[in-house]
Amino acid sequence: MVASFILIPGRTSRQGCGINEGKFNETYQRETHLLQVAPSDMEQLGLTAGDTVRLTSDFGQAEVPVIAAKRDELPAGLLFIAYGDISSRLMGGDTHGSGMPTSKGLDVTLEIL
Amino acid sequence: MAVSPPLDSEQLDNQVEHKVVQDATCTFCGCVCDDIDLHVEGDKIVDAKRACVLGNSWFLNHEIDHRPSCHIDGKPAEVTQGVERAAQILAQSKYPLIYGLSDTTSESQRVAVSIADWIDGTVDTTTSVCHGPSGMAFQGVGEVTCSLGEVRNRADMVIFWGSNPAESHPRHFTKYSLMPKGMFLPNGRKDRTAVIVDVRKTKSAKAADIFVQIKPRSDFEGLWTLRALAQDIELDAEQVLADTGYPLDKWQDLMDRMKRARFGVIFFGMGLTMTRGKHANSEALLALTRDMNRHTRFVCKPNRGHGNVTGADNVVAWRTGYPFGVNMSRGYPRFNPGEYTASDVLARGEADAAMIIASDPMGNFSQPAREHLKSIPYIAFDPKETPTTRHSAVAFTVATYGINVPGTVYRMDDVPIPLRPAFESPHPSDLELLTNIETRVRELKKQQANCNKHRPSLRPA
Repeated sequence: MVASFILIPGRTSRQGCGINEGKFNETYQRETHLLQVAPSDMEQLGLTAGDTVRLTSDFGQAEVPVIAAKRDELPAGLLFIAYGDISSRLMGGDTHGSGMPTSKGLDVTLEIL
Repeated sequence: MAVSPPLDSEQLDNQVEHKVVQDATCTFCGCVCDDIDLHVEGDKIVDAKRACVLGNSWFLNHEIDHRPSCHIDGKPAEVTQGVERAAQILAQSKYPLIYGLSDTTSESQRVAVSIADWIDGTVDTTTSVCHGPSGMAFQGVGEVTCSLGEVRNRADMVIFWGSNPAESHPRHFTKYSLMPKGMFLPNGRKDRTAVIVDVRKTKSAKAADIFVQIKPRSDFEGLWTLRALAQDIELDAEQVLADTGYPLDKWQDLMDRMKRARFGVIFFGMGLTMTRGKHANSEALLALTRDMNRHTRFVCKPNRGHGNVTGADNVVAWRTGYPFGVNMSRGYPRFNPGEYTASDVLARGEADAAMIIASDPMGNFSQPAREHLKSIPYIAFDPKETPTTRHSAVAFTVATYGINVPGTVYRMDDVPIPLRPAFESPHPSDLELLTNIETRVRELKKQQANCNKHRPSLRPA
């Protein structure tokens, strides 16, 4: 099953702590390799925490385990992931003359593996 | 100059010194809190009073790294060998890029810009992938601004747009913007109205009186709606809801409150700059702030991420006239985001060498940019091992600014703050290395100039 979403990469305090501990350590690796999905989308897609999905954007692809977002933090149709290798793989190189690649609000498809 | 340690940790353990460093400065985020009391045992910080979760993690996880101070092609080397190799790479390059600089002292930033000048290179900072679009917007619209002290003492209306300080700047609310009792706000939080505008109901939204949840990628439309309402222009309610995902009557209520405020401030984050629209989003916010001054006092500030990213803007600007993305190949500075910004220079495969100081583009740049960086010789400075140091031709393990190294950093409101280090590191500082690389680069460029006297140059005579 493939569904379309908008992906919002962003900061989390756990990711920040992970940078201080070291980017190859568990805290950073776990935080940046975990996709948050709205509980209603989890239910609709039949996903449970720990299931792996494949995200595909116009620029790249990444496989990542999912977890339900806390409470009402995410509206349906939106995904969240902490900045890191996964979010970078889905970004394009073009900055549209700004120096900044479009790094938030990425159109992605989600495929359950 | 320091050489590759290795330190004898047992010897150090036997001579543990206990001390308290008062009013130390945390350089993890742009808040640059300078009221931290550090309890230090030898070369380890065991407690950081008043630090937030990120500050605690910053101070308690920067012990001495017992790796060599220098690696060349992945093998341990003397620092002097690393400096020579780094200088050779930079001096021989046709299109060198110097990038990063947001987690080092302003003294180091100053020398890095000098090196870029000597090698006819491009110098860019992490601002370009942070608030670079806001930097462009400042030039187009201007910035009505103030210090965080003014916010603390005066702001009775505090808006955060596309920013989640509860996660990224945990002491922002308590030290500067929401909780403090100020000169004109004797009751602190009770005297302020807090608004969060975001696409997600973030942890910060819990602290707000009003949460404005807009549609993804509709920041520009939301800001333009407020600009229209500030000028009493009638809007179509259905259209506003369709464009922003938030009803017109609630936008109107927000605008009424903004007009009634005595001193309003809008802090904005990368929800604006990283989303489609980028500098146009920031321009809309700056223009709204300007418009609000017809009704009351209103200011805005970008919430800056890294500890001295604001310093990078300041130093690059006072050295070249431009804040980031500066090219020196003609012998004078040229500024053009999209052309001379690191992400573009790498993704287009233009740079043939690079020096990365205190940042991790191999960890957070786009795939084409990362692929190209991996293919060219580059020098990396970092206190810790990162994806960028792992792929570098020369990797320096450096002392950590603010913990081992003194110097100056700029808070997010452009206020310079001194650093009070806790203990010394056996590793060299960025400043020491950059100064030595600059000296050697100048020697090499002088030799090249003597050899190339009759060859054409891009530099004006």
